[in-house]
Amino acid sequence: MKKLTSTTFPQGGIHPVDNKLTADKPIQDLGLPESVSVHLTQHIGKPATAIVQTGDTVKAGQLIAKADGFISASLHAPVSGRIEKFIDVMDQTGYKKKAVIIKTTGDEWQEGIDLSSDLISEIQSDREAIIQKIAQAGIIGMGGAGFPSHVKLQPPKDKTIEYLLINGVECEPFLTSDHRLMLEKSRELIVGIQILLKALKINKARVGVEENKQDAIELLRQHAANDPRIEIHPLKVWYPQGGERQLVKALTNREIPPPPKGLPHDTGCAVFNVATTFAVYEAVQKNKPCVERIVTVTGYNLTNPGNFRVRIGTSVTQLIQAAGGLPDNAGKILSGGPMMGKALPQTDIPITKTMGGIVILPEDQAQRKPSVECIRCAKCVSVCPLGLEPYLLMTLSDKELWERAQEEKMLSCCECACCQFICPSHRPLLDYIRRGKAVLTQILLSAKTK
Amino acid sequence: MDSNYVTPVILYTILALCTVGITAAVILYFVAQKFKVIKDPRIDNVEQALPAANCGACGYPGCRAFAEACVKADDLTQLYCPVGGSDCMGVIAKIMGQEAQTREKLVAVVRCAGAYDKRPRTIRYDGAPTCAIMHQTVSSDTGCPNGCLGLGDCVRVCRFDAIRMDPVTGLPVVDQDKCTACGACVPACPKDIIELRKKGPKDRRIFISCINQDRGPVARKACQVACIGCGICVKTCPFDAITLNNNLAYIDPDKCKLCRKCVPVCPTHAIWEVNFPPKPSKESLVTENTTT
Repeated sequence: MKKLTSTTFPQGGIHPVDNKLTADKPIQDLGLPESVSVHLTQHIGKPATAIVQTGDTVKAGQLIAKADGFISASLHAPVSGRIEKFIDVMDQTGYKKKAVIIKTTGDEWQEGIDLSSDLISEIQSDREAIIQKIAQAGIIGMGGAGFPSHVKLQPPKDKTIEYLLINGVECEPFLTSDHRLMLEKSRELIVGIQILLKALKINKARVGVEENKQDAIELLRQHAANDPRIEIHPLKVWYPQGGERQLVKALTNREIPPPPKGLPHDTGCAVFNVATTFAVYEAVQKNKPCVERIVTVTGYNLTNPGNFRVRIGTSVTQLIQAAGGLPDNAGKILSGGPMMGKALPQTDIPITKTMGGIVILPEDQAQRKPSVECIRCAKCVSVCPLGLEPYLLMTLSDKELWERAQEEKMLSCCECACCQFICPSHRPLLDYIRRGKAVLTQILLSAKTK
Repeated sequence: MDSNYVTPVILYTILALCTVGITAAVILYFVAQKFKVIKDPRIDNVEQALPAANCGACGYPGCRAFAEACVKADDLTQLYCPVGGSDCMGVIAKIMGQEAQTREKLVAVVRCAGAYDKRPRTIRYDGAPTCAIMHQTVSSDTGCPNGCLGLGDCVRVCRFDAIRMDPVTGLPVVDQDKCTACGACVPACPKDIIELRKKGPKDRRIFISCINQDRGPVARKACQVACIGCGICVKTCPFDAITLNNNLAYIDPDKCKLCRKCVPVCPTHAIWEVNFPPKPSKESLVTENTTT
């Protein structure tokens, strides 16, 4: 057997405590929700246009909103039922966005969708058919970014893709949904990778998995043994290993140029998350659109934490109930992991295609410690994986010195939160940098349109 | 030391320095004459008349730039110093020999009345303590997505010390005597709560102290004093001054005749009257949001 050699990105990073409480909990079905609310914008790009009306009956898997333009993604009914209304529903940011409410009447699926769990390893579709199927299935980057996948498969003419990189890192503490997927659906994932290779017309795929998921690495290696195109790379357990830039650097030793221009295809790489790869498999081989995802529900005080297969649009409340109900001392409910996740303002928020986990933190860990003065220890500088100076960026954002902020490459920040994690003064570095990024992007956009 | 030796040294030094000084002065005099920049003396006069607050409310970077713009401009209709007001513009018009432009005096009003006891907090925000960042992160710490966040971005931008946070209500309070209507607080508020309204005759004004556009039940649940969009005020107003858009009523300050008929009919007391004498017959409603 090949000797295990782990690689990593060269600069910065931290190691938060793993807390993978649910790593050995098999994926279980959550069951049908009573009603679902499907947001029309779950992806980056233009919102989808609804093609159903109030009162219509839909079957599970039926198209309910069509992609509007190239960078957009379709939406499908996650359950069979009646379209109740179109209203604004709060999403994880606390803002209300337009959503379709479907009242569940049963679980009747659209014809032509293969619901069996048999493995279909022979890929019959050609390149165009694969891309079309992926676009029709409404697949977006399920690792969290939400970028429509069919766009990634059609890079601009002047870019050539050499490597397909599969992100199975899951470096966020607590989350285990990708890990369980790699364990339980490893054969399907390998077929998914083969489909993506065919769509990109290349023959080099590299799967990055953190070393703490040794079982997944072994299993994937075993199933990929017959296909020399696919390599499984163990990566050092080091946050943010799963960030796009860090992953590209660790797996290919190439560097994505800084934003706003730099994208993975500039380095000849296309990066897909394992959850996306599995959705690609289901869409191409089984005609099943993207209406489900695996969500980890975890926390120290939950009675039944686990990994659940959830229909898109299910309320977080139902998920928490399935995990044993909200513990008495719950202080914060996070969508996503504790590093990059967002605290939810309430639990009545629907699951979107990009939500990989719900983490419930107890009261004593939920509150941030009071922020005090910067002591100039430069720990934030040493942990920044992009070589930025977070303490300086925070000041520039606070003082609204946007020109200098642009010179200091504020827009390069990947919001991994390493700086805020390490800061001994508990300063809200990332809060200020996020605001700065938003303002700076606006300034640059308006300068462009002028 | 020999004093006969020291005296001439001092003398020559003084003489040499004087010669250098006088020569330089002569050269400088001629250079200054040659490259003289003729400035319109009216710029200085106009600048003298301006309040010298350098707040940028006029749209120019400081009072000097505004004075230059005044002198340069053909007419003064496009230029207005909100801090100095009509009096100041009158003086400027006099200097420029033009008609004086008058505008009604404005004041900043806070269109949110969701005090701590009126608007229950649903979450506890512990991020960076500025409204801009909170707005970006969580929308609101109450059920109202439009309400005041209470972290005082408006207080920090006010150059006239006219806004302070009331620790009891958690809402900003505008001192109407100090407020110059420079408008710095309007864009500083991420929720667009602060509006510049007419100060009104005898500083009396009526406005709707809410900008929540949710449907009635939702708005009411989030805040006891929210505008629920019931439209009673629209029907009551004899001057058609109130319009209802997106579940939110708005009083047009140009049409409002300050008759106060809308104030008692509002079921949630979202309509505020300021600086009116209390009505003798009824219990006093909410009367003040500004310190007088």
